[in-house]
This record gives sequence, C-alpha cells and structure tokens, in this order.
Amino acid sequence: MEEHSVKAKLIAIAAAAMVGMTMAVPAALASPEDDLKAFREYFKKRFPNVPFEDFANGVYAIDPAAREQWEAIEEFPPYEINIEKGKELFHKPFKNGKTMASCFPGYKKGIKQNYPYFDTKSGKVKTLELEINECREKNGEKPLPWGKGPIADISAYLTYLSRGHKTDVKIPNKAAEAEYEKGKHFFYAKRGQLNLACADCHVYYAGHHIRADLLSPALGHTTHFPVYRSKWGGLGTLHRRYAGCNKQVRAKPFPKQGEEYRALEYFHTYMSNGLPINGPGARK
Amino acid sequence: MNEHRRLFLKGTLAIGALSVAAGAGLLTPGDVLAAWPEAAFKAKTVDDALKGLMGGAAFESSDAINVKAPDIAENGAVVPITVSSSLKDVTNIAILASANPSPLTSAYELGKGTHAYISTRIKMGKTGDVIAIVKSGGKVYGAKKQVKVTIGGCGG
Amino acid sequence: MAKSTIKIRAREKDGVVTVKCLISHPMETGSRKDKKTGKLIPAHYITEVTAESNGEKKLTAYWGGGISKNPYLSFKYDGKKGDKVKLSWVDNQGQSDSLETTVK
Repeated sequence: MEEHSVKAKLIAIAAAAMVGMTMAVPAALASPEDDLKAFREYFKKRFPNVPFEDFANGVYAIDPAAREQWEAIEEFPPYEINIEKGKELFHKPFKNGKTMASCFPGYKKGIKQNYPYFDTKSGKVKTLELEINECREKNGEKPLPWGKGPIADISAYLTYLSRGHKTDVKIPNKAAEAEYEKGKHFFYAKRGQLNLACADCHVYYAGHHIRADLLSPALGHTTHFPVYRSKWGGLGTLHRRYAGCNKQVRAKPFPKQGEEYRALEYFHTYMSNGLPINGPGARK
Repeated sequence: MNEHRRLFLKGTLAIGALSVAAGAGLLTPGDVLAAWPEAAFKAKTVDDALKGLMGGAAFESSDAINVKAPDIAENGAVVPITVSSSLKDVTNIAILASANPSPLTSAYELGKGTHAYISTRIKMGKTGDVIAIVKSGGKVYGAKKQVKVTIGGCGG
Repeated sequence: MAKSTIKIRAREKDGVVTVKCLISHPMETGSRKDKKTGKLIPAHYITEVTAESNGEKKLTAYWGGGISKNPYLSFKYDGKKGDKVKLSWVDNQGQSDSLETTVK
C-alpha cells in the first residue's frame, strides 16, 4: 500500500538525520540572532544558486517544473476570491457599529510583517489570527474558527495589503526569548510515530524528494500564509498547516492558536526575517 | 382557383419535407438548439466521448496543435492546461483526459474572430494523456501530451 | 449590489483581446463522498459558460465535473479597447451568474 512506502522513506530520512547531518542543532544558549545567522548560512550553502529573496517562494525557488505550474495558477490565483471576501468582512460593521479597522489602525500600510509579536502586558505571543478574534470578542462578536473560512479570508486581505514588506519579528526581552526558545525546541524535537522533527524534512532534507514531493526549505516558509492549497480546495491558516503536518508524521496535532503553535510560529517566522511578505499564496 | 390549390399543396409538401428530413436525421436537435452534449460528457472512454461530440472517434494527428501541460502534475485536482493551434478556421476545441472516469472535461465553440486558444485548469484522477481535439475547416484533428499524476509523500 | 462569482480581466494588445476569468464555484463531480457522513456530495458544476462581446457570441464553453474547483478560463479574440465583454454561466442545479466588463 502506498502508505507503507512513504512511511519507509520517511523513516529512512529520520534514520539518516539521527546518524548526523552537517548542521548542528543550535545550542540552547545561542542568541536568536546567532540562530538566524546559522540558519541563513546553512540554506545558502545548501542552495547556492538561490538568491536570498527567492526563498520567499518556497519550494518554487528550488523546483523549476513545479514553478511553471505555480506561475500558471498565479495568472489568476483562486485566493483572489478570498481576498475579496476578507475585505468585505474586515469592513463590515459589528453590531456596535465599529469595524475591524478600529483594532488594526495601520492596516492600509501593511501590518503582517510585524506578526507574530510578543505582548509584554499579557506575556503572550500574538498572531494575526489571534488578534482578529480578540477584536471580534472585544466588540461583542463571537470568535471565528481558527483554521479556515472567514478568519483565513480576513488574514488573506490584511496579508495582501502587506505584500512587499520584509518580515520583521522582534524579540524584545527575556520573556519573549523564552517563547522563542519554546518554538525552537518544538521545531527541532522529534514527534509522532514516524519520529520526525520539522527540521528533519525542512532543514536536513530540504530539497530532497519524498515520492513525488520535493521538501521545501524552512527559510521563507511563513511569508506566503495564509495559503490556498489545491489539496484543500480552499484557503487555510498557518496553524491549519501545522496541524496537517503533525498528522502526517502520525503525531497528535496541537490546538490551533494554542501555546505550542503560537510559540512555533514565533520562532518559525523569526527565521524568515528579512524576506518579503508575499501572501496569500497558492500551493498544491 | 387552381393556382391557389397548387400553392396550398406546395406549402403542405414543404412542411412535409421538413419533417421527413428531421426523421431521417438530417436535422438534429444539436443543430437547432445549442445543448450541453450529455452523451459525450457521460461517456466512459475517449472514443465514446468523441463519438458523442464529433460524430466519430477518428481524428488526424496534427503538429499544428500545441498542448501545454505539466510533465508531472503538482496536484491532480488542479492541472493547468493551454491548448492552442495555428490551424485555420477553427470552430471547435475539446479537451479530454484519457484516464478520467469521464474523459471529456470540456468542449468549446468558437465565435467569429475568436482564436484557437483555450486555457483552463482540469482535474486528472491519475496519469494519462491530455488530448486536445480541434475542428478546423470541418475536419477533426488532435494532439496529446502525457501528464503524470502521482501521490505525494507528505503534501499530497 | 450583489456580489459576483465572476472575476474578469480583459486586455487588448495588437488587436487581440485576451480575456481571463476566475469563477467561484465548487465544481462537484457528484462522485465525491462527504468524509464525515459517508454520503455522496451531489453533483454541482457549471455546464455552460458564454462570452459575448458587443452583442456577438465569442465563445460557448461546455463544462463537466472534470474542470477544477473555482474554475479559470482564458480565451482570445480579435477586438479593441472599449469593447464590452459579458461572461455568463449556468450550472446543473439551475444557478447562474453573469458579469460585464470593459476591455482595457
């Protein structure tokens, strides 16, 4: 059955990763800046022909055949429908007369590049989706489901307006760094029946094939979310993808917008600092 | 009086001729009404789909038809296809996916001044040929390209 | 104003108008099962798309379930800037929509 051969290949990757690939897991005491430098250097060495900015295109920076199909989709991408829906929802007044613009005053100039950020007052990592629902609840409305639907549409609209801005996630203090470290740990920790870490596929084995899939590099991963996936036949958020990926290594997914995924998103996005926001994106 | 009778008979005969022609299949509902080609869409084989659409399964291979399709589809649910042709007087284009349960994906009738060019996105259930059929000057031509549809290791 | 399911872009260059459109539609084949209920999702797909310009029919497209969800269509015809292009669709459940645009 197909599942077994995929499993076998993934196990082979895991085994090879354990034997020791060339990149050392960043030491827990290294600063985020050191981590970022090492991360970028690793991918520059792995893919010497890819200009830094091109990593924002994910797997299409390293797969020319897939890139051609992606460019055909980008001629008129299906997420345009979602951007329009998101725009309408963003400007639709709540029962109290206010709109979402009251919570995101700088939205027109682009705000996605600043997310996630560490909110010192609450001690929480705030993602864009989290703040969209906080805005709704603050104004007497029910929160939206996290993975897809209206929240993804609104996120798509705000992300679209942020296109071109360079990812700029900040780690302002020790408390924020602790959350960053949680996310980093998650990224490098093995999980699931297939005993794989995010890093196994997207760092050590980036650019290799699992069956017909080419593994995308983690550098540039977050710039194109939310994403319209042909597989989903629709738009989904980053945490929807995290949950899917965890399920694919036979690990129990964590709650979307829970502590674990927000910490992961914090680390994950920081690693793409300097790369331009180009979401919402289209993927298979 | 005889004149009127003759005219009257002529009129009746004319109507009679029309209904005879319809009965013999010279005038088909397809000619009179633009209708969704149900038999062609429901056909389970390429040959049957072409019979339903063009009246026959035969077509002449032509280099003047270009089928732009990926060698390996990223995702079989959304496969970008562009059919273009330099043949003259193209009136119809059809796109089939040979390995689909119902191979006919779409059929196009081109109006005056419309170019032999169609770009769309089709579903492909598994590896097969994308066949582009082009009717030019009343004659049916075709070209094909194989597209591999695979199961991904993780994202698929 | 009712929201349209159709997005069109029509541009003219060297006497040729290229029309690109994206339609919001599920394009269900009728063979897919609902994962939660196990029941077949009823067929719901666009059967016909027509494009008219300045009163003339430029294209009639007959579609089946084999066209992707949120379908895309592009075609070309001899025309000029300022032409009006009207795109209409109808599906197997009797729903329909249409949108007119001006060629840029």
